[in-house]
Amino acid sequence: MMRADNLFKTFNPGTPLENPVLRGLSLTIESGQFVTVIGSNGAGKSTFLNAISGDISPDSGSLSIDGQDVTRQSAWQRAALVARVFQDPLAGTCEGLTIEENLALAMQRGQGRGLSRAVKASYREAFRDKLSTLKLGLENRLGDRMGLLSGGQRQAVSLLMASLQPSRLLLLDEHTAALDPKTAAFVLELTDRIVTENKLTALMVTHSMRQALDHGHRTVMLHQGRVVLDVSGDSRSRMDVPDLLAMFEQTRGEKLDDDALLLG
Amino acid sequence: MSLISMMGALEIGLIFALVALGVLISFRLLNFPDLTADGSFPLGGAVAAVLIAGGHDPWLACGLAAIAGAAAGWLTAWLNVRLGILQLLASILVMIALYSINLRIMGAPNIALIGLPTVFTPFISTVNDNGWLIQPAVLAVVVVIAKLLLDAFFASETGLALRATGANPRMARAQGISTDRMTLAGMALSNALIALAGALYVQTQGGADISMGIGTIVVGLAAVIIGETLLPPRTLWLVTLATVLGALLYRLLIALALNADFIGLQAQDLNLITAVLVGLALVLPKIKGKLRNKQGGKTA
Repeated sequence: MMRADNLFKTFNPGTPLENPVLRGLSLTIESGQFVTVIGSNGAGKSTFLNAISGDISPDSGSLSIDGQDVTRQSAWQRAALVARVFQDPLAGTCEGLTIEENLALAMQRGQGRGLSRAVKASYREAFRDKLSTLKLGLENRLGDRMGLLSGGQRQAVSLLMASLQPSRLLLLDEHTAALDPKTAAFVLELTDRIVTENKLTALMVTHSMRQALDHGHRTVMLHQGRVVLDVSGDSRSRMDVPDLLAMFEQTRGEKLDDDALLLG
Repeated sequence: MSLISMMGALEIGLIFALVALGVLISFRLLNFPDLTADGSFPLGGAVAAVLIAGGHDPWLACGLAAIAGAAAGWLTAWLNVRLGILQLLASILVMIALYSINLRIMGAPNIALIGLPTVFTPFISTVNDNGWLIQPAVLAVVVVIAKLLLDAFFASETGLALRATGANPRMARAQGISTDRMTLAGMALSNALIALAGALYVQTQGGADISMGIGTIVVGLAAVIIGETLLPPRTLWLVTLATVLGALLYRLLIALALNADFIGLQAQDLNLITAVLVGLALVLPKIKGKLRNKQGGKTA
């Protein structure tokens, strides 16, 4: 279970560039729930995700994961609880390291690191099995540098890396936004499979209302740093993109004018 | 060039191979531009010289010199990760401070070690003077051991975490790696190697001098860059091998340039030659790439 309580975050406070991004954001995610997050540019989606992962620290409010208060923990300290896939395919992996070295890094997420060999023979077997489920032929390329892979392949490996060790929460930050439609569909399908198979609690940020409704169990919409819409269950499954838009306009009393959000 | 002067070049090349391995860790693996070397190299030399002159075991002196170097590297990293001082600036501060500290340690601008036992003494015959052969041989063993230990370390869990810290810190933190701790540890290791080189250097030169550190970082970097030009950096053990070979080649080129009478270069031209060599090493890969493109254009 993840619980965010009354989070505030302002960038560049006290300057002409002052930008209040999170303004009292609260959200509770039950264990095993797959939540999709939508919102226009500047709604605070990425900042919210970065606050959960520990990349930024909120000005006030609290964050807990499975009852453990992580508000003041740095990103590496909460890595045992939180797994993550970045928007930029280059960000989630090290391109100078080999595929098996990247996987070995993820294999140790949240654990102590000693002086024993990083890529163990027993790991290699597990890596091959896991990679073969991607059906990209990567199981025969363990020694290849990550930089030789395409963006889609790297995102697929990132997802795999996020699931190598158990986590209490999986964060997906628009992880298909930088991919072509066909690859994006493949990565999304893989996401669904990995989340279902491992019964993960997940939070997926997306720009597409279609994606938000088609995946997961619950959809929340952020606007101006707060949750303005929260739909799940039957009301969500009957919902289509126009319904979601209408609901948003009704709640906010204003028209949504972000084209990027309307498409798809 | 005579055999003796050739071995002399090899000897200094081997010492700078250790410096180059240290520079490889900071500049290349951790992505931390570190100039501490100009202070930690003479620091290692000063600690070793004082201990050996005081009658202590030369290997113990080398070990303590390495620990002193580790402390210097750790301090540079600490100024950066804890106090947020720019990497280059933090290293310059430590380098400058070390000049005073080295003078304090030595108590004088130079210490002579002639006639005192060094790490080489047990292997040198008292009958015929074979120091010119023994010193490079002992150094070669030290360098090979250091290279193999580093290779093993970089393949370990912690070593891989260190490489991830330099390559992609955000990803490293997401995998639960404390990039701050890794930077502190990596910089300590880097400068420990450089200080060890300084400790061995004073034992080959018969003494320590306060100004012996000037240009250390440039030579180390030159070796790394020449190594990268020599061998493609496919795997890490190739990278460390290239770095060692780069240091040796660099010293041999310097010796050749200084020994070729027809060029008319003298010892005082050393730094000029260094700059030219590093410049060439930096430009060569680009020229190689251009030539390849031209050839590709013709066949296509």
